[in-house]
Amino acid sequence: MTSSVFRRVSRILSLLAALLVTPMPLAAQDLSSLVARLGESSFSEKIEAVEALATLGDDRAISALEALGDGRLNVTAEKRVVILDGQKVIDAITLEPIAGLSPESLDRVVVNNRLRGAIATAVGKLTIFSLDRNRRLAAARNAFRSGTAETAAILERAITEEIDSEVRAAMAFSLNAARLSFGTKDERLVAIAALSGSSDPEVRALLGRLRGSADVDPDVLAAAEKAMERVESRLELIGYAENLFQGISLGSVLLLAAIGLAITFGVMGVINMAHGEMIMLGAYSAFVVQQVFRTFLPPVWIDAYLLTAIPVGFVVAASFGMALERCVIRFLYGRPLETLLATWGISLILQQLVRTIFGAPNKEVANPSWMTGGFEVVAGFVVTWNRLYIVIFCFVVLASIAAVLRYTTFGLQMRAVTQNRDMASAMGVRTARVDTLTFGLGSGIAGMAGVALSQIGNVSPNLGTFYIVDSFMVVVFGGVGNLLGTLVAAMSLGIVNKFLEPFAGAVLGKIAVLIFIILFIQKRPRGLFALRGRAAEA
Amino acid sequence: MSKFPFARFAASATVAAVLGLAASASAQQQLPPIKVGVLHSLSGTMAISETTLKDTVLMMVDDLNKKGGLLGRKVEAVVVDPASDWPLFAEKARELLSKEKVDVVFGCWTSVSRKSVLPVFEELNGLLFYPVQYEGEESSRNVFYTGAAPNQQAIPAVEYLMSKDGGEVKRWVLAGTDYVYPRTTNKILEAFLKSKGVAQEDIMINYTPFGHADWQTIVADVKKFASAGKKTAVVSTINGDANVPFYKELANAGIKASDIPVVAFSVGEEELAGIDTKNLVGHLAAWNYFQSVKGPTNDGFIKQWQTFIKNPKRVTNDPMEATYIGFKMWAQAVAQAGSTNVDAVRQAMYGQKVKAPGGFDSVMNTNHHLSKPVMIGEIQPTGQFDIVWQTKGPVKADAWSKFIPESAKLTADWSFPWVCGNCVEPKFTALAN
Repeated sequence: MTSSVFRRVSRILSLLAALLVTPMPLAAQDLSSLVARLGESSFSEKIEAVEALATLGDDRAISALEALGDGRLNVTAEKRVVILDGQKVIDAITLEPIAGLSPESLDRVVVNNRLRGAIATAVGKLTIFSLDRNRRLAAARNAFRSGTAETAAILERAITEEIDSEVRAAMAFSLNAARLSFGTKDERLVAIAALSGSSDPEVRALLGRLRGSADVDPDVLAAAEKAMERVESRLELIGYAENLFQGISLGSVLLLAAIGLAITFGVMGVINMAHGEMIMLGAYSAFVVQQVFRTFLPPVWIDAYLLTAIPVGFVVAASFGMALERCVIRFLYGRPLETLLATWGISLILQQLVRTIFGAPNKEVANPSWMTGGFEVVAGFVVTWNRLYIVIFCFVVLASIAAVLRYTTFGLQMRAVTQNRDMASAMGVRTARVDTLTFGLGSGIAGMAGVALSQIGNVSPNLGTFYIVDSFMVVVFGGVGNLLGTLVAAMSLGIVNKFLEPFAGAVLGKIAVLIFIILFIQKRPRGLFALRGRAAEA
Repeated sequence: MSKFPFARFAASATVAAVLGLAASASAQQQLPPIKVGVLHSLSGTMAISETTLKDTVLMMVDDLNKKGGLLGRKVEAVVVDPASDWPLFAEKARELLSKEKVDVVFGCWTSVSRKSVLPVFEELNGLLFYPVQYEGEESSRNVFYTGAAPNQQAIPAVEYLMSKDGGEVKRWVLAGTDYVYPRTTNKILEAFLKSKGVAQEDIMINYTPFGHADWQTIVADVKKFASAGKKTAVVSTINGDANVPFYKELANAGIKASDIPVVAFSVGEEELAGIDTKNLVGHLAAWNYFQSVKGPTNDGFIKQWQTFIKNPKRVTNDPMEATYIGFKMWAQAVAQAGSTNVDAVRQAMYGQKVKAPGGFDSVMNTNHHLSKPVMIGEIQPTGQFDIVWQTKGPVKADAWSKFIPESAKLTADWSFPWVCGNCVEPKFTALAN
């Protein structure tokens, strides 16, 4: 009697268990339980869930995975996994909005780099058959990093179905990379042959890894060795191109910082130690304009803030410069030592003023989206947008200054005053006014330089002190009073510095350049392009 | 008529109350205030970091006074500005100790400024609380180090990167600014890495000047170094202003944290406030405290700071927490010793325990360093850190690194019978006070 009751109970229990183990819609249950596991606190749990989602192959998991990678995946107080989309809370699988949940009540799921790698691989696997071409392309490129035997199998299948030639090329590249690590001897040889034409440093990494591993056929090893040599010689060439661009970029930064000084010091002869602070004022103008755009304008406008900041920076620095000339410098013409001390004092005052208004910590000036990131000229040689734009901007500024000096009445008056003040005055030029405007122009250009430099460096009260020495160096080296000299000097210093740096290191490279300039000035005290004739005597 | 007596009573009560207040105030005034010196740069290069610490000390002083002061006396802060000028630090320290006669000094950030004031504090028997992570290899009788020693920051960070979660890094770039802290730290790290079997060719060491702005070559070099087929990480002891252009170049050159993670020892919430962190997500920092630590002590600390500075957006960081711990410990030690006498306070400091915002009890050890937890944080788009790893409990500081042969045999212990900051054997001296 008791045994039959026991049997019946056990049968019911096993039925129940069977029901629990095999629910009706199997995949959906798995998907939601796996997505729920993404909200676990342990990293290894999360990685297991991500890998299981990739194997499951259900592309409804993509948005949850991507949200996890971007830090938008959250857990509610009841342990439900949701996505935070702006201020909206949506379900992680159905993407339906969920009412009654405030973003503040959620707990963000923490990600680490290992988990990020697993997510990228999983998303790659899930999107390699996507209908969207760009997603397939991203997945194909991504597969290169996670080259495993499994990736190779998936790529082989994907490549036969692919119609877009660029995507196919990327797939073939990644497939070869995967075969290089996990293929048979013949596959490896084919892969090496295909990859040796590349100049991607990643290929070098793969070949290096192959060379380092133990169980490699000697033929494969020899082929890898040869391919490595080819890749390396190509990388060396690219290295030179890279150095050249870096040199031009450094030169353009030096040039931008120095153009303003080339006018105030070079043309007017004022030793302006507050030049660096004019650059700093420009950078802070960029910060203020950015904050105004962020606060008052719709977010779509934010990318335009930098274009607005350029004239603002010019006007701010130019007004400070003109005030400085009117109130201090004009009383000190012809007394270089006093000018030096007075402007140095002013530079300290300006620094402390900015520190008092904005505070000592650095201010964040973001790159607009069109200046973020870079593009690969060839594999392994990335030119960053912010540096490229600064090179262009610097030449535009230089050309416009040259045009102002050459073609406008103001330019004509300016040249007249610097060449022969008394004669210009006798001809009816108001020399004092021209002095003020010239100083304003030099300061304004420094302000524009500050806006540009805020894109690659700090915005802090000390910003100017980093540039002042370099600026004087460029102007003196190029020859005082000569814009062309400034250009040549900035570019040659930049390029020499960048070719020295890989051998000598940053510290020694800088010292070497300084010693070179000292020696050069001994030989040619008037710089590269000395002014000749009567103007030089003034 | 009936109104008057009440009015008179009220008036006399008020008078009495006012008199009482005045009396208690004058009683407090009879005792001179306890003076706290603040020796942080308020101008020059280091103002960027040190101004915040000055405000933190002022906040703590303010808080202490609101709670009735210390030993029945008011506490007064004496602020001086050494202007990021290392010799001036020594002068200002002397001024604080011999002219202002302060009872304790909170100050210094860079190691060179600490080295510059050290002889002054030892000569005049002053008391300095130093709140910044540093290279170790020092233990002075007159200094309490409330920041991390290398074994509480650098070594655990490298161990994390070697672990599975950290990406099993095999190749290392040690990049730093060219001065004493990065050089010593990298020396310790190099010895540590070699002890773990890392070959010389897998370590690249690079130094740059203060305020280095052009990182193109170095970022390209790192990329090249990383393309040798082994997982590579950058350990950054780059200090101060040079960090912003470094991270900007890194982000724009497309180096992702999942490819080449950078772990920094001098980049905290305050430094990130000056950088657009969208493209830096996943790069790491190692500290003993992050603002994102969850817990009531930290919530209270953040709230106290934001209220004091009247800005709900201001961030907190590790050196601020170290200042907070140091100040609390000093106040406890003074209360326990019943005096501000330096020798008495020093004895009372050992074993002081403070509930730290970092979420643990921090304890002052006899080597003048704290036991603290170690945390690894990942940069988030918000400018905050996600804590991805932390030690189970507080770690005791090694003033002298085990990994440098010359210092491995040294002991720092200021209690009897050692009584020394760099001993090979106990001194048994009567100097133990």
